[in-house]
Amino acid sequence: MKIIIHYFAMLREQARRDEETRETNAATVAELYAELTQAHGFTMPTGNLRAAVNDAFVTMDTPLKDGDEVTFIPPVAGG
Amino acid sequence: MFELSDKPLDPAALRATLLHQPAAGALVVFEGWVRNENAGQTVTSLLYEAAPELCRAEAEKILAEAREKFGVLGVRCAHRVGKLAIGDMAVWVGVTAGHRDAAFAGCRYVIDELKKRLPIWKKEFYADNRAGQWLG
Repeated sequence: MKIIIHYFAMLREQARRDEETRETNAATVAELYAELTQAHGFTMPTGNLRAAVNDAFVTMDTPLKDGDEVTFIPPVAGG
Repeated sequence: MFELSDKPLDPAALRATLLHQPAAGALVVFEGWVRNENAGQTVTSLLYEAAPELCRAEAEKILAEAREKFGVLGVRCAHRVGKLAIGDMAVWVGVTAGHRDAAFAGCRYVIDELKKRLPIWKKEFYADNRAGQWLG
């Protein structure tokens, strides 16, 4: 299946891109992050991340389906 | 209402959006500015980045919560993105209410929740030319 991934902040810099479309068999958001960590050398541990699928916040064990858009959210620091 | 802006925030224009509410007896405003130090390091500038859609949706939730919890009348918030210099305004929050207690509490709630929940990140740059660092 094809998944679109959006990157921000530290993850954007480490992936050297804002987004990518990826063919993957990852069953969940957490599995996708593990795969991307292999591909891009992410240093952020999964425990520090939140995620959103199709612009709604989700837990890391959320299942993925073809065409989903996933955003990984490192610890925030607004204000 | 919440907005992200890549241009300098205009506090007079933001304040003007909260006027003309006959039941309002108080306005509390919070401005967050870029400071020249953090955790003992001399900071020279900041880069703010946001996930826009997620950010707007979560911010509108926070503003609605402030209305519900504190009975405030008007709530307005703006946050900068992009490169900011020392002294620049990073965030503006304005809350009106019938009385000052609700206005203070509502304003405090909005800025505290916004810092915890909005998908906004900042990268600090330092005086000694070290590599910038993402906070959080």
